[in-house]
Amino acid sequence: MGTMNTVPDAECRDEEESKFRRLLGAAGRSLAGFAEGTRRISASHAALISLIILLFWLLMALVGGLIAPYDPNHQNIMERFQSPSLHHLCGTDRFGRDVFSRIVIGSHTVFLLAASSTLLSLVVGSLVGLVSGYVGGVLDELIMRFTDILMSFPMLLFAMLMLGIMGPSFIGVVVVIAIVFFPRIARVVRSVVLELKTKEFVEAAKVRGEGGLYIMIVEIFPNTLGPLGVEAAVRFGYAIFTSASLGFLGLGVQPPTPDWGMMMSDAQAYVTTAPWMAIFPALAIASLTVSVNFLADAIRKLGDGDL
Amino acid sequence: MVRYLLRRFGLILVTLFFASVIIFLISEIIPGDVAQVILGQNATPDTLAALRERLGLMNPPQVRFLKWIGGVLTGHLGESLSMQGVQISDLIVHRGLNSLFLATASTIVLVPVSLILGVIAGLNAEKWADSVISTLSLIAISLPEFISGTFLMLVFSVWLGWLPAASSIDPEKSLFSQIHMLILPIVTVSLVLLGYVARMVRASVIEASRSPYARTAVLKGLPPILVTGRHILRNALLPAVTIIAMNIGWLFGGIIIVESVFGFPGLGSLVLFAIQQRDLPLIEDVVLMMAGAYLVLNLLADIVYAALNPRIRY
Repeated sequence: MGTMNTVPDAECRDEEESKFRRLLGAAGRSLAGFAEGTRRISASHAALISLIILLFWLLMALVGGLIAPYDPNHQNIMERFQSPSLHHLCGTDRFGRDVFSRIVIGSHTVFLLAASSTLLSLVVGSLVGLVSGYVGGVLDELIMRFTDILMSFPMLLFAMLMLGIMGPSFIGVVVVIAIVFFPRIARVVRSVVLELKTKEFVEAAKVRGEGGLYIMIVEIFPNTLGPLGVEAAVRFGYAIFTSASLGFLGLGVQPPTPDWGMMMSDAQAYVTTAPWMAIFPALAIASLTVSVNFLADAIRKLGDGDL
Repeated sequence: MVRYLLRRFGLILVTLFFASVIIFLISEIIPGDVAQVILGQNATPDTLAALRERLGLMNPPQVRFLKWIGGVLTGHLGESLSMQGVQISDLIVHRGLNSLFLATASTIVLVPVSLILGVIAGLNAEKWADSVISTLSLIAISLPEFISGTFLMLVFSVWLGWLPAASSIDPEKSLFSQIHMLILPIVTVSLVLLGYVARMVRASVIEASRSPYARTAVLKGLPPILVTGRHILRNALLPAVTIIAMNIGWLFGGIIIVESVFGFPGLGSLVLFAIQQRDLPLIEDVVLMMAGAYLVLNLLADIVYAALNPRIRY
């Protein structure tokens, strides 16, 4: 009997170890896959240029404070509506603020908004999708009908209503975009779960006596990372698109924080007299959304094996 | 088909009910003191009391909700808060027709153009025509409407001076007679969907041309034009209709943005105005109307799809 007592212990330790190894293995594989994917994406010209533009804006978002020549909120009545020159690369706006500095500093907000709202929707969507698909039954049915209703509402209208009534704020924009996006992510994850939950490795884990939570997170979730990665890239693009549109409608981050969308709506009244106020933020937004979409397209092709 | 339609219609009513509950919750329950929200922090107790009286805020929420829904169902929407003496129902009908015109015109533009571009790209897959169309359509998808609208405005109004920058519509005249003011908004609304549909059509043309039936047709010696016309295009265009039907809702978001870019007097600019003015009754009514229109539009798109697809029988 003495040996019987030690064996389960050893087994237990083995099991802990193999769990750890499996996790490590999964992490290693995804890292190698990531490196290979990056190499192949760089091989396509459009995707490479897009990657460079994206990294450029990311750098601006991180160290923009060092690059911006002026305080983005410094008003100078003497220098209102200056056209682009060596002093003001992108001109000045109706308060004499430097447009270039506002764009550089504004990139920080763009990334922070898009990244946090995408991340939040990924976390919520994955959880909902995992539980809905794995548990199944009435819960699954209820969750799916609920997401149906959420998705059958025009999303921009919903966002406008929420932010318009509760007052626009950074957190508000993040939460609203996450609410709009998570049903789609939940569906992607759920469909993978439904496909996998009858597979042998899941059955094997059940026979081993693993709990539902362990199976969902360690056995099933890593398999959703491929489709989830594609979805994340697409959603990140839409998040920039949507948050910029909300900013344009005056429902995004509030002044004095420089925001690209808001800069565009400020520029509307001066399109004929001071077009640079519109042109430069428009180019900034366009370069970012276009490059994110080209990259998302490349990632999707990578997933399909077309690249 | 009739049973399917009845079921779908029932589903729309259920969804609309939930939509109205959500709208009511967001606009009247979550913010707490509605009168304070509308008038802001500097309101005096007298004006707050007067507004509460006017909106019937002393009633419990369920009574207010039922009154609102009753009003919507009977067409008694009441007066706007911010515009004295303006009936909300008149406003919604007038603006709604303008938006409908914009949406219809955009659909009429985008469907044939995107089909043609998608077919050209698909038949010339991996050649230069395809590269140009694929790249341009991905760019069209990527640009938010206020960006593409501003670019178009800069080029065609400010620089070339061909078209007006603002849609200063004269309500006395028909929209047809003022179509030159609508060209830029129509093109801008169409762009995103145009790019999207063109890409989808391209993909389904390529898929159809690689299919066994297309190869059989080639191998049995059918002239290429017949293979393309009879076998590839006929099978490829159906998915295109689905894509258009499924994404027609995107026009909605686009229209809201485009209306405020060009100052076009439609429902989208109305809802933005209502939000800016904190005109709560107007917000609730317009948002509910738009949600309803969105659902009906999606149903219509599904019906068109079912009618075109002989493989679908309900």
